Amino acid sequence: MPVDQSLVGRTFPPTAPHAVTEEQVRDFVAATGGEYAGGPAPATYPFVLAFEAMNSFLEAERIDLFRIVHGEQRFAYERPVVPGDVLTATLTVASLRQIGGNDIIGIASEITDDAGALVCTASSTVVHRGPEA
Amino acid sequence: MTLDTQTYTVTRADLVRYAAASGDQNPIHQDEAVATSVGLPGVIAHGMYTMALAARAVATWYPGAEVVSFGCKFTNPVVVPAEGGVEIEVAGDAKPGDDGLTTVALTVTCAGQKVLGMPKAVLRA
Repeated sequence: MPVDQSLVGRTFPPTAPHAVTEEQVRDFVAATGGEYAGGPAPATYPFVLAFEAMNSFLEAERIDLFRIVHGEQRFAYERPVVPGDVLTATLTVASLRQIGGNDIIGIASEITDDAGALVCTASSTVVHRGPEA
Repeated sequence: MTLDTQTYTVTRADLVRYAAASGDQNPIHQDEAVATSVGLPGVIAHGMYTMALAARAVATWYPGAEVVSFGCKFTNPVVVPAEGGVEIEVAGDAKPGDDGLTTVALTVTCAGQKVLGMPKAVLRA
């Protein structure tokens, strides 16, 4: 079933506050073969927040995660994420089009700290592979 | 300025570990049957895994530099075999701007094929 076109422009509720810990950052760095020596989290770490927002959106719209493939990702940073940050992500559906039985969904998540200041905007294009695609 | 190409190996165990650390438990990154059921050639690395490797290369070239923006397209899947691993090469070319920002144009390949489309990081370096 194609994704509902009326979703474009809709903003979803913010994710629950996520406290970034050194341990989480260390695990994230280690998973990509690195060694965390303290300081800011890696540049792609904010996707942890953006993914949480995307997953809530997919669940709300009953879209199967296993049919989702990542097409494009952009980050615009106001400042790096550091352990001790308490962050939430607020997702807006930016665009939606159908190509050959697939939905191409553009989403943008604004990641803010507990003072409400913008930390990073994570913009994604994801492809929802239709069953008959 | 050409930067030293970085080479990383990705295994299925890495993907399982990354899934836990990032929260992205999409089974196409762990389960062959699910991956092929949606038309993929096999278990593929998270696009964000490959992008994280690209970020790791940038952090190796410019330790401590603040990243202002970072983006790419995911143009070809990185298929990760059940046994052993697959190599990802990250090459970079840096252009300092007159605004104090350095733009690093990356080339990320797997088995000679580009897997990211126009990956680019802008740094305050």
